[in-house]
Amino acid sequence: MNFNATLLGQLVTFAIFVWFTHKYVWPMLLSQMEERETRIADGLAAAEQGQKDFAEAQEKSAAEINKGKEQAANIISQAQKRHDEIVEEAKGDAKAEADRIKESALSEIEQEKEKARQELRSQVAALAVSGAEQILMREVDQNAHNEVLAKISQQL
Amino acid sequence: MASGTELTSNSYLQHHLQNLVLGKLPEGYERADGHALEQATWTLAHSPKEAVDMGFWSFNVDTLGWSIFLGMVFCFFFHRVAKKSHSGAPSGFSNLIEMIVEFVNKNVNDIMSVKNPLIGPLALTIFIWVTLMNTMDIVPVDLLPLIAQFVTGDSHLYFKVVPTTDPNITFGMSIGVFILIVYYSIKMKGVGGFVGELAFQPFGKYMIPFNLLLEGIGLLAKPVSLALRLFGNLYAGELIFLLIATLLGAALPLFIGTFLGGALQFVWAVFHILIVLLQAFVFMMLTIVYLAMAHEHH
Repeated sequence: MNFNATLLGQLVTFAIFVWFTHKYVWPMLLSQMEERETRIADGLAAAEQGQKDFAEAQEKSAAEINKGKEQAANIISQAQKRHDEIVEEAKGDAKAEADRIKESALSEIEQEKEKARQELRSQVAALAVSGAEQILMREVDQNAHNEVLAKISQQL
Repeated sequence: MASGTELTSNSYLQHHLQNLVLGKLPEGYERADGHALEQATWTLAHSPKEAVDMGFWSFNVDTLGWSIFLGMVFCFFFHRVAKKSHSGAPSGFSNLIEMIVEFVNKNVNDIMSVKNPLIGPLALTIFIWVTLMNTMDIVPVDLLPLIAQFVTGDSHLYFKVVPTTDPNITFGMSIGVFILIVYYSIKMKGVGGFVGELAFQPFGKYMIPFNLLLEGIGLLAKPVSLALRLFGNLYAGELIFLLIATLLGAALPLFIGTFLGGALQFVWAVFHILIVLLQAFVFMMLTIVYLAMAHEHH
């Protein structure tokens, strides 16, 4: 054991290295490690929260879907009802229209009949006169027989 | 190792246990080779006697050099990792370093009741630096000295590569710790508190001289035990490496001796890995414990 100034050299070196570590190594490493620790903790918490949110959302969406299904069923049944109504209505309308058309056709026929009858009436006198003329071979005074003619045409 | 002279196990051991000392020899001093110096010179010691004659103001160039080099290796790597560190996922080497830092930090926090930002870096420096210095013991005993002798061309060059087998190195560190113990004792408790702890414990004020003696020895025993424990363990380990190399290499026929010696060196090196880490850990833990005690009131 031979003590010499190496001891002082080592003492100074030791102090310098400790100072260096204290200044340039320890704080940086430790702060980064602490930061990482909080980041990991935050990440885990966030993951947990996310899972919870996901479960909640799933529940919510299931409820939403059920509601939607119900609504759809409602709408469909309503539509069915409306459809039946419309069909009934259309049926009624069509029947009424058909009746109306039939009636108007009937009245038209009646009118035509009347018209033809009038025409016939007007012509029957002339026909009767000309027929009589042929039979008598002479002029018939229409005015003298107007009364008879009118009676004939009245019979039509 | 000693060129020209016959190589005996004794001279081999002595050569390996001598530091490379740089110091000043006085005027008219007779060197190991018989020459007398014309004037006082700074030079490397060529014999153990010269090293002693250089007195206190001389330096063990080899152990101090390795110690500084290893400390710089530690600072370089840790600083590089610290600069690049981020709060994302660490990888590879930075993972290892962060594990060490976390381990040290955990020990410091477990032991220290008071927060002191210097203790963590101090403990980390001690742990890694001492580990690195101890690890030099695992390097085959003759490898680095042979390289040094080859590089310098001096076949008689002394070269000790394990800094912690030099008491100067271990005492240098433990005295540093001792200064901190005294500094923090006074800072936390005041001069009166510190002296009071020395004087009035454990037997009260009527036994002051005895208390002072007891507590004084207790205080001084801290750095001494720190330094001697580390030095003793590593010195003994180194010595066993040397003894294996000497005895088996010299006593048995060349081939068997080399083989058996190599095998035994390996076995001892494996055991020694434990000592390397354990002693570094013990030095660190005791430093933390002593400083924690310095912070607390008894």
